[in-house]
Amino acid sequence: MSLTLTPNIGDPDDFYAELIGGQRDLSDEEALRMNARLVLLLANHIGDRAILSEAIRLARSPGG
Amino acid sequence: MSNYVYPRFPYVCSAEQRSGTLRRHPVVVIGAGPIGLTAALDLAAHGQPVVVLDDNDTVSIGSRAVCYAKRPLEIWDRLGCAAPMVEKGVSWNIGKVFFRDQLSYQFDLLPEPDHRWPAMINLQQYYLEEILVDACSRNPLVDLRWKHRLVSLKQTDDCAVLAVETPDGIFTMEAQWVIACDGANSDTRRMVGAEFKGQFFQDRFLIADVRMKAEFPTERWFWFDPPFHPGQSVLLHRQSDNIWRIDFQLGWDANPDEEKTPERVIPRIRAMLGETTEFELEWVSIYQFACRRIDNFRHGRVLFAGDAAHQVSPFGARGANTGVQDIDNLAWKLALVLRGEAPESLIDSYHEERAYAADDNILNSTRATDFITPKTRVSRLFRDAVLDLAQHHAFARPLVNSGRLSTPTPYVASSLNTPDNASVPAAMTPGTNAADAPVTVAGKPGWFLNCLGSGFTVVTFDKSVTADQLSIDGIATRVVVVGRDIDDGKGLLGQRYGASPGTTYVFRPDHYVIARFPQFDEAGIADAVRRACGKPGTIQQELAA
Repeated sequence: MSLTLTPNIGDPDDFYAELIGGQRDLSDEEALRMNARLVLLLANHIGDRAILSEAIRLARSPGG
Repeated sequence: MSNYVYPRFPYVCSAEQRSGTLRRHPVVVIGAGPIGLTAALDLAAHGQPVVVLDDNDTVSIGSRAVCYAKRPLEIWDRLGCAAPMVEKGVSWNIGKVFFRDQLSYQFDLLPEPDHRWPAMINLQQYYLEEILVDACSRNPLVDLRWKHRLVSLKQTDDCAVLAVETPDGIFTMEAQWVIACDGANSDTRRMVGAEFKGQFFQDRFLIADVRMKAEFPTERWFWFDPPFHPGQSVLLHRQSDNIWRIDFQLGWDANPDEEKTPERVIPRIRAMLGETTEFELEWVSIYQFACRRIDNFRHGRVLFAGDAAHQVSPFGARGANTGVQDIDNLAWKLALVLRGEAPESLIDSYHEERAYAADDNILNSTRATDFITPKTRVSRLFRDAVLDLAQHHAFARPLVNSGRLSTPTPYVASSLNTPDNASVPAAMTPGTNAADAPVTVAGKPGWFLNCLGSGFTVVTFDKSVTADQLSIDGIATRVVVVGRDIDDGKGLLGQRYGASPGTTYVFRPDHYVIARFPQFDEAGIADAVRRACGKPGTIQQELAA
């Protein structure tokens, strides 16, 4: 298996609104803390080291 | 400040210095710290006379190494020293990690019962050294010389020439082999021009040893960002005599001279222990650390061990524990080479195996340091996120890293191992140190590791084997038959070694597995022993076949 790079979220606008909305009332510091927790929660869910490595590599460049 | 009374060991002018006779010694050890003293005892255990030089005349000053792990205890038991260490020290298995005022994570280093030695003991380094000095002074093969400082070292083709300074002046001695155990600031290392490279960490730590009667359990407690020391970490360990060791992280900007004054230290401790706890300061110092390794553990006839060869951060107790295992690896090889039973090239496997272990330790130590001392704001956010999540969710607990405590590094790819083609399950692959297990010897309860001698040993679960010794190129190899020489009443030995009838293991003198076979394969055993002695020809024979 490799990192999914084709659309995989059923309701993209709704997901994006939830992600932004979930941070609306947070300070920048609190939002950064939340992001760190979110990355860790999702990373553990994925678990597959090769996929995580690929995502880290892609995320490093602005265009993914 | 300290209540401990440092012993003074007598300086004695050696016969060779007094008479001006140049003597060539088989092995000279530089430095009588835990590693040098262990080197002397281990060489003596292999029948090898050894001279130890130390520039001082007492034990280690102040609070230094504290934690000694199960594997070094097994090695010291082979050398007859572990029991007094465990008796004097405090044993522990449990570690707790706190984030702010909450317990974040707890671990048990020895969750499995039926092991002789605890996962860890805590003992002040000066007590440990006293025990080792005592053992050395009772050993006729060990010549321990205090107030002997190495001032220069030159190498010829077949020996090292040492100039040594004593209260009676400078004299010269020769050594076939030198083991440098003179610590992180090793002069010997400078004398051979070795490189010692790695990473320095921009952080400072305060060590305080305090004497108190406290209610803390005998566990390792580590705090991230506690209310009594905000933004930094704190580590608490109990030692013997009601002495507690506290490490306070101070950050890079701390002024080391100011921070070690009692006016600064006492309020920090009071904030931690509460206003009502009475305590007495025993020792205070400030340190910063580095993870470094020597380029090669062997420079001609000079072999480096312990901190002289590698330096790690203290989180994980990987300093002294690793050094003792360097010696465990080296002593038998040196003894075989000195007796002419193995080629000199066997010594190169010391670097191969222990540099590999040092790199593993440095990796673990660096990772713990990166977690404890985050280098950027974002890495600190991730660190705190791990600690937050760990309080509520099991998934985050394995990510918490307050130091991965010392366990032996298996020599998985060592050239001394016989490739494993046996269909034996279990974790005991070649390159792994022997697991202990309770056994019965002559009707009495005992431990498996004590049944492995100081030479090569074959252990077989084939009861039909009648041999009790094999001679492989003149090297005596003991045969231990389970069911004949030892009984596995509880079945734990068989379980830990994945044994079925016929399973046969071959151990090196440092109790590492070198080969295993489904049957008692005498030719295979002989080949494995030859290979572990670094004998040329083994591979050629294979190619020819």
